[in-house]
Amino acid sequence: MSFLLAENMTGGYGAADILHGCTLRVDKGQIVVIVGPNGAGKSTAMKAVFGMLNLRGGHVLLDGEDITALSPQARVAKGMGFVPQTNNVFPSMSVEENLEMGAFLRDDDFATTMEQVYHLFPILKEKRHQPAGELSGGQRQQVAVGRALMTQPKLLMLDEPTAGVSPIVMDELFDRIIEVARTGISILMVEQNARQALEIADMGYVLVQGSNRFTDTGAALMADPEVRRTFLGG
Amino acid sequence: MDFLNAIVALMNYVIIPASSYGAQLALGALGVTLIYGILRFSNFAHGDTMAFGSGITILLTWGLQALGVGLGQLPTALLALPFGIALTAALVLVTDRAVYRFYRKKKSAPVILVMASVGVMFIMNGITRFMIGVDEIRFDDGLRFIISAKEFKAATGLDEALALRSTQVITVVTALLVVWALFWFLNRTRTGKSMRAFSDNEDLALLSGINPEKVVAVTWILAAALATTAGTLYGLDKAFKAFNYFQLLLPIFAAAIVGGLGNPLGAIAGGFIIAFSEVAVTYDFRKVVGYLMPGDWSPDGPIQLLSTEYKFAVSFAILIIVLLFKPTGLFKGKSV
Repeated sequence: MSFLLAENMTGGYGAADILHGCTLRVDKGQIVVIVGPNGAGKSTAMKAVFGMLNLRGGHVLLDGEDITALSPQARVAKGMGFVPQTNNVFPSMSVEENLEMGAFLRDDDFATTMEQVYHLFPILKEKRHQPAGELSGGQRQQVAVGRALMTQPKLLMLDEPTAGVSPIVMDELFDRIIEVARTGISILMVEQNARQALEIADMGYVLVQGSNRFTDTGAALMADPEVRRTFLGG
Repeated sequence: MDFLNAIVALMNYVIIPASSYGAQLALGALGVTLIYGILRFSNFAHGDTMAFGSGITILLTWGLQALGVGLGQLPTALLALPFGIALTAALVLVTDRAVYRFYRKKKSAPVILVMASVGVMFIMNGITRFMIGVDEIRFDDGLRFIISAKEFKAATGLDEALALRSTQVITVVTALLVVWALFWFLNRTRTGKSMRAFSDNEDLALLSGINPEKVVAVTWILAAALATTAGTLYGLDKAFKAFNYFQLLLPIFAAAIVGGLGNPLGAIAGGFIIAFSEVAVTYDFRKVVGYLMPGDWSPDGPIQLLSTEYKFAVSFAILIIVLLFKPTGLFKGKSV
């Protein structure tokens, strides 16, 4: 049984459907990457899993429980963490306050979780009193991931975490994401840097026009000549 | 000696009155800026919320005076203020439930909320007039002067007198306490931080599980508290007249925009900038210049940039200059 099973998702923002029977599975501690051409519905699929989009068909199961009807906030309480692609920090608030706001739903003491986040991203500890809006792009992404980790999610969803950061920072972010997955957190992420993302992925989904085209392990997709030719540029 | 006289005249006619007026504007602008930061619209009813709040506080003050309860040297209104705040908060919460929530749920454009607030303004305006009338009311009791003109002259031997009214000191001290409490609340408490988070990035705040209705309710309560406090202090310092609060709307908005809408620190700075400009531009500096000039160089006519009737033009001019050249204000608020 997969930890997350989003089956046959069909739906879109307005009258026209963007997703056409898209299916995603994530097992415990797995890194799953969604790749595909522009407009394939990668981010839309992610938003559908998180409940930011009304589905006309299909359902979403988290740990065996049907959460299709839940609001995004309720899904956070169920153990999902979501890092949006843009506007994913509170710019005028300090790094530490950003993390505190991530833990807003928690009533218990979250000091240990904050220590873990600082351990994972040491630069954040150094800059914890600085407003998040003054940080560099890569550091801001670390704040965004750290904020989502504060609820101790079991599934962390990242929408293009490396958009707009330099290649060096991208490698470092991917390393951190692997570290997060090693702690047992499942990761579902959308990436436009398909090669690098598939290298670290346990499973990869290639979406085209809102439905699954190829599904295999990251390594197998990288090796598949058709995937390479059509989606990875040879 | 002449130099000291000049300083005393300047203190008496410009610095002291502008400081207390600035403190009142700062409190008013803080309310406007909080509403703008959280609910994302310019609340035109804020001036009349001040009028309603001070009106209720005056009624309660009369009640307390009739019961013989007072604060001795301090004005009784200060004792009535917390109750006035509670009643005003109840009124704005009911207004939010009856008017603004509808538009918020529909995600209406800010300009529609602004127009709704104009309607609320007229209604509150009417309620206040029904409740307490349109006349000028003085309700300051207790000690009138901390330094009276006569005492000052006798003590210093200067020609120029300096009077320090107790309401002016109370205004500045209360404003300092309120501002300290507000910043402590916004920066140190969980609810305050969630308000800042909501103002910063509404979508992310929702994702983090922050309850928007609670944030909105707390914002209204704070705005009502700030409006009632500012209105009561203004009434104590000058006099209560329902129409004056409607007129205060312009300098208050000018203060909030000069400082940067949505930025509390900016609202305070803006309040003092507007107050000092208004007082300094409409003050006749003849006396001060007369003391500083040697011999009989004292000017014959008034040295006044604008006559006092034009004081609202000052805030208007500053408002337009800021909107033209620095629309986000001095402290990087949101542009209008």
